[in-house]
Amino acid sequence: MNARVKLVDRQAGIVSREIYVSEELYQKERERVFGKAWLYIGHESQIPDSGDFILSRMGEESVIMTRARTGEVQVMLNSCRHRGMRVCRYDEGHTEKFYCPYHGWSYNLDGSLAHVTEYEREYKEQGFDHSQWGLIKAKVAVVRGTVWATWDPDGDFDSYLGGARQLLELSFVGWDGEGAVEVVGSTQKWQIPSNWKIVAENFAGDMLHVVSHRSVDIVGIGPNTESGRRDASHTAQYVQAGYAEGHASVVGFYNDTDPRRDYSASKITAEYFQDCYAKRKRVLGDQALISPAVGTIFPNMSFHGNQPRTILVAHPVSVDKTEMWRQYFVDRDAPREVKDFLRKYYLRYSGPAGLTEQDDMENWNYATNASKGFMARQFPYNYAAGIGNETTTNRLPGATVEVNGQGELHGRSMYGKWAEFMGEADHV
Amino acid sequence: MSDIAKNSADLQGKTIGGLPIDRLAHLILIREIEDFLYTEMDVLDNREFERWLEFFSDDLRYWMPMRKNLAFRDHHHDITGPDDAAWIDDDKNILTKRVKQILTGIHWAEEPLSRVSHIITNVRIDRSITALAEGEEVEVKSGFLVHRNRLETETDFLAGRRIDILRRSGDSFLIAKRTIVIDQSVLLAKNLTFFF
Ligand code: FES
Ligand SMILES: [Fe+2]
Repeated sequence: MNARVKLVDRQAGIVSREIYVSEELYQKERERVFGKAWLYIGHESQIPDSGDFILSRMGEESVIMTRARTGEVQVMLNSCRHRGMRVCRYDEGHTEKFYCPYHGWSYNLDGSLAHVTEYEREYKEQGFDHSQWGLIKAKVAVVRGTVWATWDPDGDFDSYLGGARQLLELSFVGWDGEGAVEVVGSTQKWQIPSNWKIVAENFAGDMLHVVSHRSVDIVGIGPNTESGRRDASHTAQYVQAGYAEGHASVVGFYNDTDPRRDYSASKITAEYFQDCYAKRKRVLGDQALISPAVGTIFPNMSFHGNQPRTILVAHPVSVDKTEMWRQYFVDRDAPREVKDFLRKYYLRYSGPAGLTEQDDMENWNYATNASKGFMARQFPYNYAAGIGNETTTNRLPGATVEVNGQGELHGRSMYGKWAEFMGEADHV
Repeated sequence: MSDIAKNSADLQGKTIGGLPIDRLAHLILIREIEDFLYTEMDVLDNREFERWLEFFSDDLRYWMPMRKNLAFRDHHHDITGPDDAAWIDDDKNILTKRVKQILTGIHWAEEPLSRVSHIITNVRIDRSITALAEGEEVEVKSGFLVHRNRLETETDFLAGRRIDILRRSGDSFLIAKRTIVIDQSVLLAKNLTFFF
């Protein structure tokens, strides 16, 4: 790879295909992106009680998220300090300690080393220090129940998120503007033959891929299953928002005078949302009219904030393989019928069997595949849509905004930041 | 007493070739069910998708839960529950939409169509019944091996078990519920655009 080739030209909206197909760049990403960035780990509702745990990932690596005795959420590398064995191989559960199946070291819920095999005979007299041999711990931050972690000891989540915190606050608060949300059952996990960035970039706000979803729009899987993918009972202006921190989103501004008549196919669900919207306006004021539809928090946490409401993490497995982890969210205190109605809608929308997501994955698969060749990789991708249309709005502080909502500001934001992380910014 | 109950009462104690006749009637019923399930998969593998939908009742639940890695003491619960996320949780309406999506000709994930073969085996019913009255239901277990090949080199193998609720309908059956349990926790197929 020629080091003088610009990998990302943010101003011109040009991105080299090398960043999706180069093994060398992928190896660098493991350290420079996934070794430093704040990564989404899971949701607090998955570990309500002290002693609860789930497995998650940070980049390629397995991590354990626990709720320790103190009630604090902890995230640590799932690898024994003695000889590297995974100390936890259960997707979820409840425990006092993690017992390493290889030689029997054990660890507490906060990752500290509890027991060393043959300590009395083989370690004690040499002054072995337990405190130096706990599981490797990540720094943790929580926003509206979403748990994030970084390996960077200096990482500051507030400055990392920048203005995009608003997107998380609005998406993962209950519909009434103050309640909690919870994950519906388990996390969907599946592997796809694509580079992880194609996934993250798409959800950052690719509004031009309507043709991908023509077939599902024709058959109709929205809440009322008549047509399209969402309720169209209200009008909204959709803008693209891009942040210097690398995050991006498509955000809807609802028309205040419009009555919201979502979920009309289920009486109890429709009424629940009516109640919630009224409360939401009281609690959040003008913010209640702002609805992040879809977005990506750099590098690989993507979310839908409304219809559906879900998180997708594109975990890298190799340069051309990604493990998708998708979770669905409902209000914790919603009636059971509402939760079930939403669950079924979410499942027909997203995931490997989702009538929408299926077609995305075909495109990502063969976009990655057709960009690998000697000829293909010499020609960059184009992210020029909407250059020159950027502005700002006081409704989204910290964001650059594309008011037509059909540009490629999302890609320019994400890859501009990616280049900085990769130390390629001098080529930008 | 229904005709069927009367018939099976008449069969009590009789044998053919040393086999009690009600045992034979039970085996014939299983054979009839197998034939129904094999025909269904034949229709599917022949890509007669609209005809395939006719094998299901209107009150269908077509459910494909997920699998989890759990400690041994919890291994009986390693299938996600009815209120959890799942791979698929369809009623007849949504299953019909899946078929309609393929028929649009612009469902890119199945355009061009994948090549799919279903091997259905280990067909069993737990009750020792000899016949099913109209509308009566029986639980049928079967094993499957599904092979999907698409475009040039994409290949998926999925193995698992199905639990069907079959309902007698005239001289055939309707599938009222299908539960599909696969032997993967992380799904190794990029999508599930094919059926089980
Ligand atoms: S690897 Fe864990 S105790 Fe040896
Ligand atoms: Fe899409």
